[in-house]
Amino acid sequence: MAFYFAQLLTGMANASALFLVASGLSIIFGVTRVVNFSHGSLYMLGAYIAYSSMTVLPGIIGFWASILVAGLAVGLIGMIIEVCVLKPIYKAPELFQLVATFGVILVIQDMALLIWGPEDLFGQRAPGFEGVVEIFGERVPSYDLVLIVLAVVVLIGLWYLFTKTRVGILVRAATQDREMVSALGVNQSVLFSGVFFLGAFLAGIGGAAQLPKGSANLLMDFGILAPIFVVVVTGGMGSIWGAFVAAMLISVLQVYGIRFLPNSTLVLMFIVMAVVLVIRPWGLFGKPEAAGDHGSQGPPPKPFRQLDPSGRIIVAVIIAALTLVPLSGVNFLSVLFADIIIFCLFAASLHYILGVGGLVSFGHAAFYGGGAYVAALFVQYAGTPMELALMLAPLGAGFAALIIGWFCVRLTGVYFAMLTLACAQVLWSIVFQWDEVTGGDDGMLSIWPSAWASEPGVYYYLVLVLGVGGVLVLRAMAHTPFGYALRGTRDSALRTEAIGMNVKLIQWMAFVFAGAMAGLAGGLFVFAKGSVFPTEMEIATSFDALIMVFLGGVQSLTGPIAGASVFTLLQDWLSRFEYWRLLLGLLIIFIAILLPGGLAGAVDQVKALLGRAPKDEAAP
Amino acid sequence: MLEISNIHTFYGGAHILHGVSLRVEAGEVVSLLGRNGAGKTTTIKSAIGLVRPRDGRITFDGTETTSWASHRICHLGLGYVPEERRIFSDLTVMENLEVGRRPARDDIPAWTTDTLFELFPNLAERRYNLGGHLSGGEQQMLTIARTLMGNPKLILLDEPSEGIAPVIIEKMAEVIAEFKAAGLTVLLSEQNLHFAKLVSDKAYIIESGEMRYEGTIAELEANSEVREKYLAV
Amino acid sequence: MSFLTVQNLYKSFGGNRAVDDVSFALAKGELLALIGPNGAGKSTCFNMLYGILAPDKGSVCLDGRELIGMKPRDIWRLGVGRTFQITAVYASMSVVENVQMALISHHRKTFSAFTRAARLYRDDAMALLNLIGMKDQADRAANILAYGDLKRLELAVAMAHDPALLLMDEPTAGMAPGERRALMKLTADIVAERGVSVLFTEHDMDVVFENAHRVLVLNRGQLLAEGSVDDVRANPAVQEVYLGGGTTFGGDGDHA
Ligand SMILES: Nc1ncnc2c1ncn2[C@@H]1O[C@H](COP(=O)(O)OP(=O)(O)OP(=O)(O)O)[C@@H](O)[C@H]1O
Ligand SMILES: Nc1ncnc2c1ncn2[C@@H]1O[C@H](COP(=O)(O)OP(=O)(O)OP(=O)(O)O)[C@@H](O)[C@H]1O
Ligand SMILES: [Mg+2]
Ligand SMILES: [Mg+2]
Repeated sequence: MAFYFAQLLTGMANASALFLVASGLSIIFGVTRVVNFSHGSLYMLGAYIAYSSMTVLPGIIGFWASILVAGLAVGLIGMIIEVCVLKPIYKAPELFQLVATFGVILVIQDMALLIWGPEDLFGQRAPGFEGVVEIFGERVPSYDLVLIVLAVVVLIGLWYLFTKTRVGILVRAATQDREMVSALGVNQSVLFSGVFFLGAFLAGIGGAAQLPKGSANLLMDFGILAPIFVVVVTGGMGSIWGAFVAAMLISVLQVYGIRFLPNSTLVLMFIVMAVVLVIRPWGLFGKPEAAGDHGSQGPPPKPFRQLDPSGRIIVAVIIAALTLVPLSGVNFLSVLFADIIIFCLFAASLHYILGVGGLVSFGHAAFYGGGAYVAALFVQYAGTPMELALMLAPLGAGFAALIIGWFCVRLTGVYFAMLTLACAQVLWSIVFQWDEVTGGDDGMLSIWPSAWASEPGVYYYLVLVLGVGGVLVLRAMAHTPFGYALRGTRDSALRTEAIGMNVKLIQWMAFVFAGAMAGLAGGLFVFAKGSVFPTEMEIATSFDALIMVFLGGVQSLTGPIAGASVFTLLQDWLSRFEYWRLLLGLLIIFIAILLPGGLAGAVDQVKALLGRAPKDEAAP
Repeated sequence: MLEISNIHTFYGGAHILHGVSLRVEAGEVVSLLGRNGAGKTTTIKSAIGLVRPRDGRITFDGTETTSWASHRICHLGLGYVPEERRIFSDLTVMENLEVGRRPARDDIPAWTTDTLFELFPNLAERRYNLGGHLSGGEQQMLTIARTLMGNPKLILLDEPSEGIAPVIIEKMAEVIAEFKAAGLTVLLSEQNLHFAKLVSDKAYIIESGEMRYEGTIAELEANSEVREKYLAV
Repeated sequence: MSFLTVQNLYKSFGGNRAVDDVSFALAKGELLALIGPNGAGKSTCFNMLYGILAPDKGSVCLDGRELIGMKPRDIWRLGVGRTFQITAVYASMSVVENVQMALISHHRKTFSAFTRAARLYRDDAMALLNLIGMKDQADRAANILAYGDLKRLELAVAMAHDPALLLMDEPTAGMAPGERRALMKLTADIVAERGVSVLFTEHDMDVVFENAHRVLVLNRGQLLAEGSVDDVRANPAVQEVYLGGGTTFGGDGDHA
C-alpha cells in the first residue's frame, strides 16, 4: 500500500511540469487561436536558461531565483515571438500561424545548440530538498513534494485569475470573440501579448522546475509536444482543471506502467486518451467547440477550379520535363526528383483532408510512415515482392486510417488536429518500442526494389507514374460528388447534415482515402531509400507536410505541389550548411509573414497585378 | 459629434463604400436606412474601427479617429452594438456586463448593473445564466446593456430591432427616447422603417455604398418616391 | 386531415420550462405561423421537430410516423425540408452547385466516385432555380450573393427533394421589408402549387399577417392562442404579451 502511495507521489511530481506547459499551450490557443508548435521549445529554453542562471547565481536563493528568472525570460521570449512573428499574420487564414511557429522551433533548436552546445546539461539538486522523506516507510524524494505543491499553487492561481478577476473575464471573453472585446474598449494587442507572456512563463517555469530531476537537452522540445497535446485533449481544450487532472492521470498511470508493462510506457498515455475520448469526445472537462466562432479571420474559401487550357499545357510540360530527368545521366537528380514527387503525393494527400475537407491533421505522417513500414515489414518477413508491397502499403495505411479516423472525426477543429497528432504518436511509439519486429530506433534496412527497377533511373519512372498518377487521382476525387460533399462539410456542416448527408461518414472516408494515398507515398519512399526509420512517422514529419501544404497555399489544388517542391529543394540546398535549421526556420518565418496566402496565393496576386487574374465577379 | 466624410472602405478587393459621408450632432438620434448589403454595417464598423477605410476622414467628438484601433475609439466614448449580437456565450450575463464596464464619465450619469436591470427586467431574471442559453431577444437586450456599461456618449446600434418581439421593439423605442433624454447620441442602422420613424430625428439612406438621401424623418415620411425607390415600402 | 401532429411536447433546461405541453396540428398545404415573445420556446420547438433536440416528453407524428428519436438527416429523407435563420450555404460553390448537392444527396449519389459532380442533375437544379427566379445567377459564387438572394437560394435547396413539409425558423430575418414580403410571397406560391405544408416562426408581423393561413401564439412555453390572423390580432392577451400597440408594424394592405 505504502509503495503504491509513493509511486502515486512520483507520478504527481512528474505531472507538474506537464501541467504547467500544457496549461500554457491551452491558454495561448484559447485567446489567440494560435496552436503554438514552439511551446515545447519554450519549455526547453526554460531548462537551459535556468541551468545557466544557476551557474551564475549561487546558493539557495540562486536556485529559486533561477527558476523565476527562467520563467520571466521565457515569458519575454514568448512575447517577442508574439510581437515579431505572429502579430503580422493574425489576419491570415486560420491555423496558418502554425507555419511560423514551426519556423520558430527550428530557430530555437539551432540557437540552443549554438549557445549551450550539444551535450546534455545536468542541473544541480534543489538546495534544501536534496534528500528523501519517508512516507509510510517509503522513501520519496523531497523535491517531488515541492513539484506537487508548485503544480497545485499554479492551478489555484490560474483558477483565481480566470474566474475571479476582471482580467480573467476579459481573457475568457476574448477566447470567444476577440474583435468584440476590442470594440468594447479592451486593447487586444496588449491582451494577446500578455497571454503569450503568461503561457510562455508557465512553459519556462515548467522547464526550469524539472531540471533537478533531469537535464536540459536538445530533444526536450519535440519530446514534450506529444504529451502536452495529449494532456490538453484529454483534459479538454481551454480547461485548466482538465489539464491538471489529465496531467496527473497520465503521469501516475505512466509510473505504474513502467513497473508492470515496461515495454508499453509510450503507448500507455495514448490509451488513456483514447478511452477518455470514446466516453467524452471533448475531453474530461471540455465543451464542444462553439459553432461559427467570430474569431476566425481570413478570406472565405474559394472555389476549386478545373484547370484552364493554359494550366493544362503547363502541367503537361512539367510532366514531360520530369520524364527527361533520368536522361540527364546524373543519378543524384533522379534521386532528388523522386523525393520531390513522393513528397508532392504526401502533401497532396494531406491537402485532400486539410484543404478540401477543412480537417487539419497534425499526424498525417502516421500513414506515410505507416505505409513505409507496412511495405518494409512485408518484404522483410514475408518476402513479398516490391510490386505487391507497393499495393499493400496504401491498404495498410488506409486500414490504420480507418481505425484512427473513427476516433478523430468525432471531433472538429483543433481537437481533431491534436487527436490526430496523438494517434500518430501511438503508431510511432509502437514502432519505436517494438524492437524485435521493427528494429526500433535502428530502423529496417535493405528494402530494395525488384531487380527490374533497381536502377535509380528506372525506379524514378516508377515513382513518376505512381506519384503523378496518385496526385491526379486526388485531384479528380476533389471533383466527384464525394469531393464536393467533403467540401460541403467544410463550408457548412449544418447544411450538409440538413440535406441528408452523413457528415462524419464523409469525413471518415476522406480520412481513410487520404491516409491510403499517404501510405502509397510511404511505400514509394522505402524502396527509394532502401530503409525506413521511426523518423518517417514522427511529429516533425507530420509538421513538414503541414508546412508544405500551408506554404503552397491551402485554397488551391496546386498549392501542395508547389509547397512540397519548394520545401524539398530548400531543405536539400540548406542542409549543406552547419546551422541549416536556423536558416530554414528564418526563411519559413519570412515566407509566412510575406505570403500569408501561400505560394499559390502569391501567384494569384502576381497574376492580378499583371491583369490576368481569373476574373472574380465583383460583389453586388 | 460624429462626422464621417467621404470614406471608401474595402473588403479585400471589393470596394464597398464609395465616398460615404454623414453627420450626427450631439443629442440626436439618426437613422441609417438601406436595403440588405447597402453598406450600413460597413459604415458602422468603419466608425468603430473594425474595418479601416482606405480613404476619407472620421472625426468623433472633435478628434480624428480615422485609422485608430477600436479600443481607443471606444475609450473616447463611442459604443458599438453589433447586429449579430456577439454576446460571450460561455460567460454569464453578469460577466458579459463586466467585459463592457468602463469608468464613469464626468459629463453623463454612469450606468450600473442595477440601472440596466431596471431597463431590461428579463436580464435581471437571468443574471447568472450563460449568455449562450438566452433566447435571441434576450441576447439582443444583453448586447445593448453590455455596451451601455462602457458609458458611451454616442452609441452605434446596428439593427437592434431584428428578431425582437413587437412589444419589446416598442419598449426599445422608449429606451432610446430615455437615452436621448439622458444626453446620449444614437446612430441607428435599421431596415424597419416603422421603428426608425418612432425614434429618430434624422435619416440617411444608403444604397450600394453611396449616400442617396439625407433629411429629417418627417421629410422622409412625406417623400413616398424616395421610400419606394430605396426602401421598397 | 392533419398531416403533422404534435402532441404534449415538453422540454426544460434546468428549471426553465422552455416548452411546456405544446400540441398542435398542421394540415396538408397549410401555412402555419408560430409566433410569440422572445424566449417563448419557438426555436426549441423547431429543434425538437427536426431531431436536433430531444424532448423530455411528447410525440411528433408526420403522416403517421413518429419523428422523435430520429436523426435530422433521416427526417430530411422522410420529406421534411428546412431553412436556417442564419443562412447556411456552401460558400465555395456556385449557386447551381448548391442546389445540385441537395439533389445528389437525394438520389443517393454522394459516394459515387466516377462522375463529375458539376454535371450531375444540373438540369433539375436549373429548373428549381427557375422556380425561384434565380436562373440567371446560376453560375455566380454563392458567397457574393446579395442577402435576399441567399435566402431564396436556401429555399431552392430546401425544395430540392420535393418535401411535403417545410420548417422555416425566422425565414426573413435580417432582410429588407420589400424583400421579406417577396420571399414569403414566393414561398406561399410554391406552397399553393405543390401542396407543401409550412411551419414558420417570424417576428415581422407584416409577413405573418399577409401570408399565414393560421397562427399559433406561444408564450412562456405554452400555447396562448390559436386561430386565424384576425382572431389573433384582436386577442387582447396576445396584444399584451406580444403585439403591443401595433406601432412597429403596418396593417395588411398598409403598403400593398
Ligand atoms: N467580410 C466581408 N467580405 C467581403 N464582402 C463583405 C464582407 N462583409 C460584407 N460584405 C459585402 O459588403 C456589402 C455591404 O455589406 P453590409 O454588411 O455593410 O450591408 P448592410 O447594409 O449592413 O446589410 P444588412 O442589412 O444585410 O445587414 C455587401 O455586398 C456584402 O456582401
Ligand atoms: N441550451 C439551452 N440551455 C438553457 N436554456 C435554454 C437553452 N436553449 C434555450 N434556452 C431557454 O429556453 C427558452 C426558450 O428559448 P427559444 O430559443 O426556444 O426561444 P424563442 O421563442 O425561439 O425566442 P426568440 O424569438 O427570441 O428566438 C429561453 O428562455 C432560453 O433562455
Ligand atoms: Mg448589416
Ligand atoms: Mg428563436
